[in-house]
Amino acid sequence: MAKRQAPEINAGSMADIAFLLLIFFLVTTTMDVDTGITRKLPPPVENPEENVKVKDRNVLKVLVNSRDMLMVNGKRMELSQLKDKAIDFMSIHRDNPDYPEVEQKMIPELGKEVWVSKGIISLKNDRGTSYDMYIAVQDALAAAFNDMRNQTAREFFGVNYNQLVNKKKIDAVNKIIPIRISEAEPENIGGK
Amino acid sequence: MARFKLRKGRSVGMINTSSLPDIIFMLLFFFMVTTVMREVTYKVTIKLPVATQIQKLEKKSLVSYIYVGPPVRSKLYGTNTRIQLNDQFATVDDIQEFVAKERQARPEADRQKITTSLKVNKDTRMGIVTDIKQQLRKAGAFKINYSSRKKAPKK
Repeated sequence: MAKRQAPEINAGSMADIAFLLLIFFLVTTTMDVDTGITRKLPPPVENPEENVKVKDRNVLKVLVNSRDMLMVNGKRMELSQLKDKAIDFMSIHRDNPDYPEVEQKMIPELGKEVWVSKGIISLKNDRGTSYDMYIAVQDALAAAFNDMRNQTAREFFGVNYNQLVNKKKIDAVNKIIPIRISEAEPENIGGK
Repeated sequence: MARFKLRKGRSVGMINTSSLPDIIFMLLFFFMVTTVMREVTYKVTIKLPVATQIQKLEKKSLVSYIYVGPPVRSKLYGTNTRIQLNDQFATVDDIQEFVAKERQARPEADRQKITTSLKVNKDTRMGIVTDIKQQLRKAGAFKINYSSRKKAPKK
């Protein structure tokens, strides 16, 4: 039986076809990952009349008005100072009435009691505040908390917070420095 | 004077290109796998604000997006800030329904893990953002992400 030789397919243009597809995907690909500031919203309030009583000294009131000006505990402040102010406020000052109360809290992951601040940062903005400013304020507060977490992580574990891998250690730091930013119920002051 | 002589009989052999398609295919597959096609066409202009303390959004399949900004076609739709859900303009009242639908589309185990990413133009007033947040609270979508770009470090 005569064997017929199958004609060889010319694969020279294969590369060109692949190139074409490659270039298409190269152009359409967006490598950017979505980034942003992650926050958790509080569940809706069931009866708005019921106010949770928080001692005045435990709250750092941050207000942003419709002209993007910042007021912290009744005083005007520049955005650049906010981070330091927040860190100062949330840090532990025992028996000092100018700072929030502190309590000793048992951290099971560490197996000992640690001083934890009871401070809360209350953020309130106007309807007319620009989103840009709002994010800048959120960012400054986030920076403050991250700095404190880094410091705590270094103190107990010798590394920065974002270098922690062990879930227990992360939990421990989260318990010592919880992100306590409370956003007030919206109010309409300066119009749209 | 030095000259390059064309020597006869020692021609450089043709480079074997038969493996070129394979290499290209490899690259092609890489890009095919990593490509995420844009899901919606933006109907609103969004210039994201910048921030330093940003986190990456992990699972993309568990993220639903809300776009807020002035319409791209301002001649047709005006310049007032609008909300875009999926492929169309929406109002604040549509958000609860949107959240419910997004939940339906995910497997049951993942429904509580959905993050809502707010892509908001930076010149937007907070009023509309607050309204959206209130609606999200009512709808039970508590995890949110204020989408923002990384700020270039100061020199």
